[in-house]
Amino acid sequence: MVDRVDSAGEWTQSSRFPDEVLERVLALIDSHKDRSSVSLVCKDWYNAERWSRRHVFIGNCYSVSPEIVAARFPRIRSVTLKGKPRFSDFNLVPEDWGADVQPWLSAFSTAYPFLEELRLKRMAVSDESLEFLATKFHGFKALSLLSCDGFSTDGLKAIATHCKKLTELDIQENGIDDLGGHWLSCFPESLTSLEILNFASLNSEVSFDALEKLVARCKSLRVLKVNRNISLDQLQKLLSHCPQLTELGTGTFMQELISGPVAEFKNMFSNCRNLITLSGLWDATPFYLPVIYPACASLTFLNLSYATLRSDELANLLSHCKTLRRLWLLDTVGDKGLEAVGSCCPLLEELRVFPADPFDQEILLGVTESGFVSVSRGCPKLRYVLYFCRQMTNAAVATIARNCPDFTHFRLCIMNPGQPDYLTKEPMDEAFGAIVKTCTKLQRLAISGLLTDRTFEYIGKYAKNLETLSVAFAGSSDLGMEYVLQGCQKLRKLEIRDCPFGNAALLSGLTKYESMRSLWMSACNVTMNACRVLAKERPRLNVEVMRDEEGGDDSQAHKVYVYRTVAGPRRDAPPFVLTL
Amino acid sequence: MDHKKTTLDLFNNVDLATELTLGLPGTDNQPEIIKSSLSGNKRTSSEMGSSTCTDENESRFSPPTKEQVVGWPPVRSYRKNILQVKKTESEMGSGMYVKVSMDGAPYLRKLDLKMYQSYEELMKGLQVMFKCIIGLYFEREGYNGSQHVPTYEDKDGDWMLVGDVPWEMFISSCKRLRIMKSCEARGLGDC
Repeated sequence: MVDRVDSAGEWTQSSRFPDEVLERVLALIDSHKDRSSVSLVCKDWYNAERWSRRHVFIGNCYSVSPEIVAARFPRIRSVTLKGKPRFSDFNLVPEDWGADVQPWLSAFSTAYPFLEELRLKRMAVSDESLEFLATKFHGFKALSLLSCDGFSTDGLKAIATHCKKLTELDIQENGIDDLGGHWLSCFPESLTSLEILNFASLNSEVSFDALEKLVARCKSLRVLKVNRNISLDQLQKLLSHCPQLTELGTGTFMQELISGPVAEFKNMFSNCRNLITLSGLWDATPFYLPVIYPACASLTFLNLSYATLRSDELANLLSHCKTLRRLWLLDTVGDKGLEAVGSCCPLLEELRVFPADPFDQEILLGVTESGFVSVSRGCPKLRYVLYFCRQMTNAAVATIARNCPDFTHFRLCIMNPGQPDYLTKEPMDEAFGAIVKTCTKLQRLAISGLLTDRTFEYIGKYAKNLETLSVAFAGSSDLGMEYVLQGCQKLRKLEIRDCPFGNAALLSGLTKYESMRSLWMSACNVTMNACRVLAKERPRLNVEVMRDEEGGDDSQAHKVYVYRTVAGPRRDAPPFVLTL
Repeated sequence: MDHKKTTLDLFNNVDLATELTLGLPGTDNQPEIIKSSLSGNKRTSSEMGSSTCTDENESRFSPPTKEQVVGWPPVRSYRKNILQVKKTESEMGSGMYVKVSMDGAPYLRKLDLKMYQSYEELMKGLQVMFKCIIGLYFEREGYNGSQHVPTYEDKDGDWMLVGDVPWEMFISSCKRLRIMKSCEARGLGDC
């Protein structure tokens, strides 16, 4: 409190810091959650916060409108925007659903002409939008597209051609129309500012000459992830130009014709002293893998999820990687491979095991509960696990929870829907019960296997820090969903498919959904009428129902997407999306 | 307590009599997706010889593929497409993978025929993979003195004894392998 004398000579009490000081202090706060808290303190702090904010994170593009964002935050330089519901990654959301980035770009071109960074996830992005971005924002520096769709390599041409100050181009796993690799040749000779270049997920060949020259002149390049067309000797040439790389995604890691002895490549990585992340390694064979051994000692993140390694190959490799914190694998490594993980990587915090053959029911290989247990024994610091398997037991998961009590993200996918504990034939309830009871820091949970309402009772009772829950083919009655909605106070995202949850369950969350980002329910037991009730009682929620393409029962709500919003109902909804 | 009452009130306003209930995939806590049967692909020896019989069995026993459940397992499209490419490649390009089953073994395996240069090497590989003894092949007598007999399905869908045709012809026509119990394989060698 500061006592002041105003112009009339009266003492007044003012609780204000000079604005400039407050803004300076607040400018140091990065976390958007903290900024949110700051803005709620009082009007002055709200104002200081909004003027000092440089980055805005919008987790659901329909929760707010570009105009509202622009009005509140006048000085944004960086935007992160997420669009479609997560299940769109698995083809559960029809095309043309929405999440078009263009309205945002149009608003930003007047509000934030100095926008520097744009990170999009699950947004619909057209080539025209990319060209708009490239030409209207003259200081634009960083573009990251993850799981987006609707554009082609022509859009990338526009970015490469016009963004004179580009530092980052990160293209990951998008539904992109790959018309060829010419886009890379569009980077002008004058562009030397690139720090991050990731085109690993693009299929067509780029001009190696253009790439080599680009890499050679961008002295600040620290992240380079090339695509599969780049051969080993091409990679060697590239590395000779940028030994300062911290993250590398290789191209194909074998040669059909051995053009020179393996010794030729032995020194490829010896100058890369700063490498902490390695990925790519397409088609890696035991013959060529040893080439990366010199780089392994400093690696903290190794992504082998595109390399079909066997257990012995992995074991040999991991014996060189003692400092790994994050490891992504294909299940071709088997339980034996996971034993090697447990013995070689004591600092491991994150493990993801992807299925090499998820859709072939006849192939019963992969990893089992035993591999997971081995890892948990050797890696007590595990916090994040994504595990695809074909069999699991309650006892194994209980052991894993005991060994790794610090889980924050536990995503277990038993690939056969509704499969019980294969030894006891019981539901997998106790497995997830053990996880939520022991791992008190749990923020994200994905469950699978045969599950009754008991699982949800456990989750509601114990998972007090849970923010995201993914459920499929589980539960016995409405009670399941009700337990979760009542018990999980911090729940933000709930996505449910193919569960016997109906209207009572949906409506039990009436007062809760506004404290959440979104709810997704598909192939459950919810009717249109219940959705209408929800929409009527909660005008600050958008309750959207997607019509089933195959016709069928119109009184059933086949796909329901509920989310809080200050922007009102969508104005761009396609005909198959009904906003109630 | 208030909100609970409200929910019930709301619900009472919904005319349940007109509500249709959906017969769920999960009504007995088990989705209707038929689980893959481990024995689903076994053929009895009497059905071996005729290819039409084989086709019928195929349609009766093969469970619906997982792809019939949209979006499950939850693997992103990008990764799915990569796996498809890899699978096709391994079948066409650098490898020549065929499925191998052994009667009595719970798992199918995959084997790259290109790794072997002769029947002898293949037999050794199979014996190591399945920890069984296959024994020697005699042109007229088949696989004598062993409990297991390797057979294969050729391009025409016929099941043949491994070793009947020259090696090159074998690897170009072999679609899958099955190691049968020798008592069931009698009669094959006579074709």
